[in-house]
Amino acid sequence: MTQDLSVSLVFIVYAMGMLITFGTILTWVERKQAAVMSDRIGANRAYIRIPFTQVKLVWWGLFHGIADGLKMMLKENFQPVTYDRVAYAIAPWVVFTPVLLVFAVVPFGGTLDPGRLVPALADWFHGRTYPMQIARLDAGLLIVFAFSGLTIIGTMLAGWSSANKFSLLGGLRAGSQMISYELVMGLTVLGLILLFGSIDLGAIVRRQSGIALGWLPAWGIVYQPLGALLFLTAAIAENKRIPFDLPEAESELIAGFYTEYTSMKMGLFMFAEFIEIAIVGALFTTLFLGGYNLPYMNDAGFALPGGTTFAMSHGAVVVTQLVVFLVKVLLVCSFQILIRWSLPRFRYDQVLAFAWKFLLPLSLANLVVTAAILWSHGGAL
Amino acid sequence: MKVSYPRKRYWNEPSLTAWERAYLPEIMRGLAVTSTVFLRNMWRWITGRKGALTTYYPEETRADYAPLNRGKHILTQRPDGKPQCIACNMCATVCPAKVIEIEAGFDPTDVAHPKFPIRFEIDYSRCIFCGLCVEACPEDAIRMARETPGLPSGDRHQMWLGLEEMLTWQPQRDVAKPYPPAAGARVPGGPP
Repeated sequence: MTQDLSVSLVFIVYAMGMLITFGTILTWVERKQAAVMSDRIGANRAYIRIPFTQVKLVWWGLFHGIADGLKMMLKENFQPVTYDRVAYAIAPWVVFTPVLLVFAVVPFGGTLDPGRLVPALADWFHGRTYPMQIARLDAGLLIVFAFSGLTIIGTMLAGWSSANKFSLLGGLRAGSQMISYELVMGLTVLGLILLFGSIDLGAIVRRQSGIALGWLPAWGIVYQPLGALLFLTAAIAENKRIPFDLPEAESELIAGFYTEYTSMKMGLFMFAEFIEIAIVGALFTTLFLGGYNLPYMNDAGFALPGGTTFAMSHGAVVVTQLVVFLVKVLLVCSFQILIRWSLPRFRYDQVLAFAWKFLLPLSLANLVVTAAILWSHGGAL
Repeated sequence: MKVSYPRKRYWNEPSLTAWERAYLPEIMRGLAVTSTVFLRNMWRWITGRKGALTTYYPEETRADYAPLNRGKHILTQRPDGKPQCIACNMCATVCPAKVIEIEAGFDPTDVAHPKFPIRFEIDYSRCIFCGLCVEACPEDAIRMARETPGLPSGDRHQMWLGLEEMLTWQPQRDVAKPYPPAAGARVPGGPP
């Protein structure tokens, strides 16, 4: 009991630390990547000076995220004259909290055996093993959709309670857009659920550890390339980022549903958006890129196709799986930022037409074709 | 008589080909362009070169200043190293930003130029680099260099430039206006 609790605590601390680090770092990555893409240098001035010395840690400007956060904290906390103070106050939290909760069901590593990792604790743990995942829930994907659906309520609350026409428009747009793309996202993942026969994210990742077609890693993107594309599109739209950032369209709506929010309340919306980039990256990695799996790697080490094997210690395997997951998530995040700085914004009617007339039929077709192929193969590939 | 006024079209009809209207291939092309630029620049940064077109000012100044760019002021010198300035205050008078401060001194031993500046200071936090001081100077004592090295500062009181900073002119290296003028060369304002 105590063992389970302590391991869960370690996992929770790791996951929270990872998400908050991602959220902070991604603000810098976004600026820096945009700069490098457009032949500029980018944010590189903020530094931390080690106290009592003149040693300045610049690190390519990595600390700009901290500087931004500090600036947000110190801004004036403006309150609009609104009729619904409670909704106004809780809206940022309704957006921010579910984003963190989604990660609870995402496996960020393989199986952890604390007894083998730290021999001194072997007696205490009695050989218990833990999949590296905060909550082992059978309804993993359903939880993901339930919680990511909650953020819609937060954006609409913010738009409604701000007593501002721009906010109201932004909230309306956010509501209709996110509901539309939520549907596409769910239908896209259905194909994957058919394929892997489970909605437990841990089981889905374990199903992706093998080899497909002789040499390809058995990742979801190999079986469902169209599904992966549709999922990423819908997820970016769900996250309200360019080219789908109609709820916040700066040129039309100032800042959309958070026009009337200042200081850290506005910072929470921004932070939630950046953490959601990481969440989308983690979900895409889990569902389509094999999660923590490397090709030809298992819990004991590498087994190359020629029959050669490299045995690895348990600690090395755990660290490799954690790092592989982080690298994959970072690559997907970087790809989202690449999209954000390459494509122009849609018009509002185009966004909804794109969802209902293009993505939805495509995802239905994807589902039907997957189901037909699976049926002809007798239920499993 | 019925006259029809056809409405004039001031814009071009959008003419997208079927390939472009398919949207996805063009998106792929756009992403390829941006990611190629990103990877190229990142490779340059990683291999120790510069992957940007912009200048890392003030640590780095651009090399392609125009030949006639008006930069920081320099005070020209006589062959004995004293400033050519006669403290006539013409530059300070013409200066639209009123940033030049001159304090004149008297040197009875120098019969040709008894008046000289004890203090000659320019406030670079307010200077607008218009070059009127250079035009106003009757003695060709003040010029403007091409560059503005070390201009920015974190403190406005550090932005005053004095005599010693401006007396760094090296006539031997000034090919545009050599000093002293070569024998027989026509000096502007001199005898024809």
